[in-house]
Amino acid sequence: MSALPAPAEHETAPASQFLRRLPTNPGLALAALFLAVIAIATVSPALLATADPIAADPLQAQLPPSWEHWFGTDHLGRDVFSRVVHGARYSILIGVGAVALAATAGSFLGLVAGLSRGLIDEIITRLLDVVSAFPDLLLALVLISFTGPGTTNLIFALGVAFIPRFARVVRAQTFVIARSGYVEQARTFGLSRTVLVLRHVLPHAVAQVPILATIGLGTAIIGAAGLSFLGMGPQPPAPEWGAMLAEARNYLRVAWWIGVWPGLAITLTVIAISVLGRRWQTAFEGRRSE
Amino acid sequence: MMPLVDIRDLTIAFPRGSQENRVVHGINLTIHEGETVALVGESGSGKSVTARALIGLSGAVVGASRFDIVGDGVLGFRERDWRRLRGSKIGFVLQDALVSLDPLRKVSQQLADAFGHPGYFVRRDVREESRALLHSVGIPDPERRLPQYPHQLSGGLRQRALIATAIARRPSLLIADEPTTALDATVQKQILDLFAERKQAGHTLLLISHDLAVVARLADRVLVMKQGKIVEEGPTKQILSEPAHPYTRRLLDAVPSASSRGFRLSPATQTEDNAPSLHATVVCQRLPLPPKRIDAAQRVLSASGLVKRYGGGFAVNNVSFELAAGEALGIVGESGSGKTTVAKIVLGLIEPDSGTVLVDGQPWSHRSEAKRRARRASMQLIAQDALSSFDPRYTVEKIVGESLDTVGVFGRDRRRRVIEVLDAVRLGATFLDRYPRELSGGQRQRVAIARAFAPRPKLLIADEPVSALDVSVQAQVLDLLAELQAASGTALLFISHDLGVIHHLTDRVLVMKDGRVVETGAVETVFASPTHSYTRALLDAVPALP
Repeated sequence: MSALPAPAEHETAPASQFLRRLPTNPGLALAALFLAVIAIATVSPALLATADPIAADPLQAQLPPSWEHWFGTDHLGRDVFSRVVHGARYSILIGVGAVALAATAGSFLGLVAGLSRGLIDEIITRLLDVVSAFPDLLLALVLISFTGPGTTNLIFALGVAFIPRFARVVRAQTFVIARSGYVEQARTFGLSRTVLVLRHVLPHAVAQVPILATIGLGTAIIGAAGLSFLGMGPQPPAPEWGAMLAEARNYLRVAWWIGVWPGLAITLTVIAISVLGRRWQTAFEGRRSE
Repeated sequence: MMPLVDIRDLTIAFPRGSQENRVVHGINLTIHEGETVALVGESGSGKSVTARALIGLSGAVVGASRFDIVGDGVLGFRERDWRRLRGSKIGFVLQDALVSLDPLRKVSQQLADAFGHPGYFVRRDVREESRALLHSVGIPDPERRLPQYPHQLSGGLRQRALIATAIARRPSLLIADEPTTALDATVQKQILDLFAERKQAGHTLLLISHDLAVVARLADRVLVMKQGKIVEEGPTKQILSEPAHPYTRRLLDAVPSASSRGFRLSPATQTEDNAPSLHATVVCQRLPLPPKRIDAAQRVLSASGLVKRYGGGFAVNNVSFELAAGEALGIVGESGSGKTTVAKIVLGLIEPDSGTVLVDGQPWSHRSEAKRRARRASMQLIAQDALSSFDPRYTVEKIVGESLDTVGVFGRDRRRRVIEVLDAVRLGATFLDRYPRELSGGQRQRVAIARAFAPRPKLLIADEPVSALDVSVQAQVLDLLAELQAASGTALLFISHDLGVIHHLTDRVLVMKDGRVVETGAVETVFASPTHSYTRALLDAVPALP
């Protein structure tokens, strides 16, 4: 309304705004703290857990939690705490890998579909429809049945299953932006199509992808754990959380700690990621609706 | 006799955190029965929020030493009390009927709501009354309109239906907030005629408007508002012919018309959007604009036989025109007349179905984009909504600089040229790092103009460049455009629905209706002695200042 200049919101991107709000919100702060621990566990697990996660010691089997073994030991006498800490690497690697694959491929497909319209758009959209008609996990399971189990194959399978959710959003954004005033204006400058897309369409079309990826990461980690539980992921004796749950299943009645800790690790990681992702999304949308 | 509305020392403030943001500073407002009072001001002057305060809908903290409406002291009114007042004693008409009417309810249902009988089924006696009401607001064949939905009505009928809902319970006072701003000129005239009829019949009206000409036709008394204060008040004739306050004077001077041709609309001393202070000296004499240099021998643009079909009909049907260097050609018409489609064809953003466009004598239409690309810098666009024509991630420097890509100006040279054009539009280098959202409406349009002039184009296409601006900002932008055009000798294709703007700025005019050119010629000739009935109707519909 008035001629007064609006406050310069661009100086603070949503990410930094969001980081500044962290200390005032205990839930957010807890989630961030927990993820920081997970991050350390991923990068250098030896800092947190000194025991060997793989070396078996039958004499120490199925010990309950104690000062020596914080989370107890499993049926082969391996330190559960150490296994949970070392297991973070697998879950995070598979989750991030799958989401990165899905985000990249999905953004590309969405951009191509949104820009081309016509036949190519039709083909891509229908393909996405077919892919998303199957539940994510079921589709990943089908893909793994072709490629065989293993970490890389699991990343690939989950990645493909997650493509539609990214492609759809990017396509819809591209569609709107390609018809926006500033793209039309840039066309009148005589810029080539490639320059136009890279400069004015792509940055806006993928603006939401990092947020979607964060939220998707939680889902991907659950998916990874679920498929590993079924034996489709990293093979024993690797300390993957889902695989640990599968092993613990048989001992739940006599040694609850073997299963509860990796289960808690999965649950808390996913909750923490979701809390941060949703909050980031709200901040982003709030800024856009201003 | 007691006045209908008697308000003393009205203040309105919006709470902001622990502080208050005061938008109306102690105004007095009295409306007598049978009177038509107009509240005039630019956006942000506080006129709309004042109108809303009268029906308890301002959503702000309202204070006054006296606040009487239709005999009731409304200070300390609760929501329940206000509800009793709304509709029965005060009717309210908003700007845009399309958003003010519920799109999912039929006209008959909306009228029943207004009569105080809401529900899906409409009683027979209410239906009778509705028919009479629609008839009274000049809707022909009410029986056919009652079962229709708002989107099935034309803009004029919709606005009439909205007015009908506002007067259904015969309120003593009708408030109309910019009731014709969203309408085309000919439709605006119909609505103003309706208000005039009601005035004849002795109804009371409070008219809120930014348009002095609209006010001139209807109001008995005018209150001029600026920044939450009433700067001048008096009988309409006196205010419009001998304004005492410099702000009123400046508002009147800013209105483009036949008489302002060749002269500046705004005082020359301003550097920026900052309106001059209230105490500025009264500028009585108009300053002349620099003379244009028209080179009739140099044809910058020629279009012949342009046709564009959409769906079953024609968006553009056999349109031809030529434009010489330094000349300004206006295209005028109402919404849907095909003006913008012509602009897009000229810009090469859409291809005509038949017909050709020559730019600088060279073929332009039906060429591949790769062939056109190199020549695009010679042709620039100023869009209606400047904000949406800027990439929100770009600073002003990048926005303006981008038009220099195709002419190959980069690095230090580019920066120098960007500063040069920013200076030319009186923004200056301090604006280089600003983002579009930090700019006011006038500043945005200046940036758009700077960007258009940066690559020294031969042809400038301006599509409704001032229609979203306040009249005083519009005056500054039009002056700037005229100055720069004269200085650079650029040809200008200027599209507008506003005949005053066209008359003020352009040399020749094309009048369009339903995709066709109905009349063309020199502006003075066409507007002084129109030959086509549509041009006459259009000119006739424009409310004029005395």
